[in-house]
Amino acid sequence: MKKDQVPQDDANLLEGRTRDVCYAVDEKGNYVQVLSTGWEPKSVALLQAWKEINAQVDEAVHLVKTEKASPLAFFMAKCMFDVKLLSDYTDIPKRKIKSHLDPEQFNHLDEATLMKYAEAFNITPDELVNWQKQTDSPPGSGGKS
Amino acid sequence: MTLDFKHSQAAHCENGVTSNLLRYYGVDVSEAVIFGISSGLFFAYLPFLKVNGLPITSFRPLPGMIFQRTATNLGIKVYRKKFRNKEDSMAALDKALDAGIPVGLQVGVFNLTYFPKPYRFHFNAHNIVVFGKENGHYIISDPVMETVESLSYEELLRVRWARGALEPKGQMYYPLKVPAKIDVAPAIRKGIKKNCRDMLTIPVPLFGIKGIRYLSKKIKKWPEQLGDNKAALYLGQLIRMQEEVGTGGAGFRFIYAAFLQEAAAILHNNRLLDISQAMTDTGDRWRDFAVIAGRIIKKRSGEGESYAILSNILAEIAERERAVFSELKKFIP
Repeated sequence: MKKDQVPQDDANLLEGRTRDVCYAVDEKGNYVQVLSTGWEPKSVALLQAWKEINAQVDEAVHLVKTEKASPLAFFMAKCMFDVKLLSDYTDIPKRKIKSHLDPEQFNHLDEATLMKYAEAFNITPDELVNWQKQTDSPPGSGGKS
Repeated sequence: MTLDFKHSQAAHCENGVTSNLLRYYGVDVSEAVIFGISSGLFFAYLPFLKVNGLPITSFRPLPGMIFQRTATNLGIKVYRKKFRNKEDSMAALDKALDAGIPVGLQVGVFNLTYFPKPYRFHFNAHNIVVFGKENGHYIISDPVMETVESLSYEELLRVRWARGALEPKGQMYYPLKVPAKIDVAPAIRKGIKKNCRDMLTIPVPLFGIKGIRYLSKKIKKWPEQLGDNKAALYLGQLIRMQEEVGTGGAGFRFIYAAFLQEAAAILHNNRLLDISQAMTDTGDRWRDFAVIAGRIIKKRSGEGESYAILSNILAEIAERERAVFSELKKFIP
């Protein structure tokens, strides 16, 4: 890749926080570092991953709203936790986590257990229970929450 | 208290941390040379190991290898420690900083607050250097960031204790003893030699050149085997591994070509310049591969842009890389 061919296809996926270091050759054929704001095929691949995640969040929202799943399901989808990972973070057995996905069981959880879950998701126990107040939009969702 | 540490951005976090830490001790070796010394170029396609239902593809060796191999090949003694207790891991960091030591840390990126949100997955093998503490905030050199960052005690503790695959367990590391005189040339030879072995002779068809050939055979069957949607997801995963932050483009092929160029000067051998050029050419083909894959994912592929074409490009890349490493092997007996 030539220095002047280093793509600058900014899809705002780096959020202006940084740029990627790319290696490319200059006019004399010597390798130099060139900063890139992004590259189309790469953005397509990353947005594809987020589209999948966002679809899972939408599905979870539906399940929680219709009381077929507890708010845990929403935060697990949003924060990309499977039962195994959540168990690693909370030290709560996987079997128990599965049972807490049931709204009935979830409603009877004690403060300490709620606290463990909230900590894993980096939120407060109050935010966990009042999950509908979560308004930040995930990447690639075009602003919808 | 902030140490006199120079933050330089790099394509890849572990190369960058290694290069920045060594420079602090007066060993000035570029990211590309670190990558070459540590035999950083690799390929693995592991269809049986899946993350989120998608097979793992890797363009690099296991995390931790780059720092370890660089240190070994340059004769540098290394301190490395994992912890049982969170507070202990933070106290050990403070103690090292007080002793004037910049510290390399393995962290998870999911809760890395300064990282762009779209890149914050549960990936636990990221590397950073902490080189100061001001008003309770740790001063951080993250090689993929353009500028120096900072994290609070709680934020840093959280990323050092990320859980899941490759969990850091608070792991910290730094050079313990750096020899007065560092000779880069023999380390370069060792690095190239091992990289030739990794790419050419691992007797399992999933690794190195054989792995690329294997993927080339598999990829053309994806649409039929998996259906268009799943096939596109497989393709997306592959492109993310190849191009995402950290590879310098084309799955590290351009960084390796940059290394060969520097190696030519250090070893006084112009033959390496030709091999570097050939490596650049294979990198360009990986980029062509990504362009077509991107269009297939977006369902905007033109006539003749199909999985069969991708398969052909991979077969061609495998042959080109076989030629590159065979030449290198002749060069370093």
